[in-house]
Amino acid sequence: MKGNEAIAYGAIRCGCDGYFGYPITPQSEIMETLMEQQPWESTGMVVLQAESETASINMLYGGAATGKRVMTSSSSPGISLMCEGLSYLAGAELPCLVVDVMRGGPGLGTIQPSQADYFQCVKGGGHGDYRLIVLAPASVQEMYDFVDKAFTLAFKYRIPAMILADGVIGQMMEKVELGPVKPRRSEAEIEAECGSWATTGKKPDRERNIITSLALEAPVQEKFNMKLIEKHRKIEENEVLYSTYRTEDAEHLIIAYGSMSRIAETVIDMAREQGIKAGLLRPITLFPFPKKEIEAFAQRVKTMLAVELSAGQMVEDVRLAVNGKIPVHFYGRYGGMVPSPDQILEEFKKNIN
Amino acid sequence: MEREDLIKKENLVYSKTPLLTDTTMHYCPGCTHGVVHKMIAEVIEDMGIQEKTIGISPVGCAVFAYNYIDIDWQQAAHGRAPALATAVKRLNPYKYVFTYQGDGDLASIGTAEVIHACNRGENIVIIFINNAIYGMTGGQMAPTTLLGQITSTTPYGRRSDLNGFPLKMTEIVAKLDGTCYVTRQSAHTPQAVRKCKKAIRKAFENSMLGKGTSFVEIVSTCNSGWKLTPVKANKWMEENMFPFYPLGDVKDR
Repeated sequence: MKGNEAIAYGAIRCGCDGYFGYPITPQSEIMETLMEQQPWESTGMVVLQAESETASINMLYGGAATGKRVMTSSSSPGISLMCEGLSYLAGAELPCLVVDVMRGGPGLGTIQPSQADYFQCVKGGGHGDYRLIVLAPASVQEMYDFVDKAFTLAFKYRIPAMILADGVIGQMMEKVELGPVKPRRSEAEIEAECGSWATTGKKPDRERNIITSLALEAPVQEKFNMKLIEKHRKIEENEVLYSTYRTEDAEHLIIAYGSMSRIAETVIDMAREQGIKAGLLRPITLFPFPKKEIEAFAQRVKTMLAVELSAGQMVEDVRLAVNGKIPVHFYGRYGGMVPSPDQILEEFKKNIN
Repeated sequence: MEREDLIKKENLVYSKTPLLTDTTMHYCPGCTHGVVHKMIAEVIEDMGIQEKTIGISPVGCAVFAYNYIDIDWQQAAHGRAPALATAVKRLNPYKYVFTYQGDGDLASIGTAEVIHACNRGENIVIIFINNAIYGMTGGQMAPTTLLGQITSTTPYGRRSDLNGFPLKMTEIVAKLDGTCYVTRQSAHTPQAVRKCKKAIRKAFENSMLGKGTSFVEIVSTCNSGWKLTPVKANKWMEENMFPFYPLGDVKDR
């Protein structure tokens, strides 16, 4: 199936309560698949085509505030519209899932693949100090698996989670092993898990629950900011995910995520055939970013090359982690262009000689 | 007879609903918000639905509505309350869900959300406080500001050629197939309050009947923004607002 379809099946099968979205290429198959599957008939999952991305993200706010597993999906221009809502969701500490299948920009840009929303999604996008948990799938299987994983993390920390995919992963077809079906939580289960904060209706034995991101008094707001900082610190401590490929004796490291990490694996094999001791590090979580792991590699390898479908965004985090110890080079394609393994290898070799 | 002799349970003719909290309201003296809050609290108490009701507060003066009515609340981004309410109701169909929005929130920045929620026929209640001015930010022009009305951004009076025309949201949403009950009320006399409370109750009852959206506009005063005493504001409202925003049911099906 397609990566986008895998997201839809992942949602239905992991106990998602509601999807709210607005069509945009290259991810419209997510809502189309959901509408075709009619999960409201089987699991009771709500699927609604909203009037805009602005409405979708605010529907997430409303739904998440009642303790439900709710999600939306969009692509770059739509995510820009959602950034206000993402800031509010983070400010109200609401767990939810947003999928961004990135396309080239800025502006209306192109419908072809891109990774140019890294800054927007990993660093913020909306206003105020906040972070999202950002997972970057590199296969259709991971598009499926990460839906449940993202919800689990979102509820564990009461934070919005994002699956940051690109048009390649969204559109390509691969075999997928569907995991076991997880039923939607019952009202009682939601009450047990989220009753202390969710707006499930005020019970006589508790104070009313209020979901808000408003604090007019500066000391109150600062205290809340400190709470968020502590939450982000815990996430950085416990939830970093990454994978490596042929790094045991590597002298030169490529760092790439999402579809670029798939192409980079081929580049590593080609380089090895030419006698270059090359390896790959693939960040799976972009926030939290595998800083320590990259820092450790900077002690062992001679050069690093970040490869992205952008003008150089993730590379900034790589350079921060390396902190000047070794040269960190960058190779990017933009505007929907995807490099071939040959092109990357050529760039790789330029920098190691 | 001493005062103490009168304070007996059997002599009690009125008491504040326990659904109104004891928090001191931040509203200006004479403001309509407090009266409407009380009506909503009383309706929820009368219907016995405190455990089943979720309110969505707006951005504007009523942002702190959650401090005053003792139910679960969500505070929405500016104008987005109907989007929140849509999801809350769809995901929790046995809950009573209402938005509480001012004219800037509902009729300006939130027009898309309110029109589409009404057009989808979401089974929610929308309470629309129209005082023809932005109260919280200090008296700027609202979409519902009357022609000629002085505000801080129309200091010489609203002109249609510069500022466009006042927007009649109630008539607009009444045209949509998704709405079942659309009414315009006021809350400036005991008689008006009784009628308005009845309308609010009907709107709440509708939300369990699967008939569509109920929309209650309440033409209100803003003493600080209008720079009028409460008594003069009520008179100004009767003389200027009511002719343009006529009271009564616009749609009931």
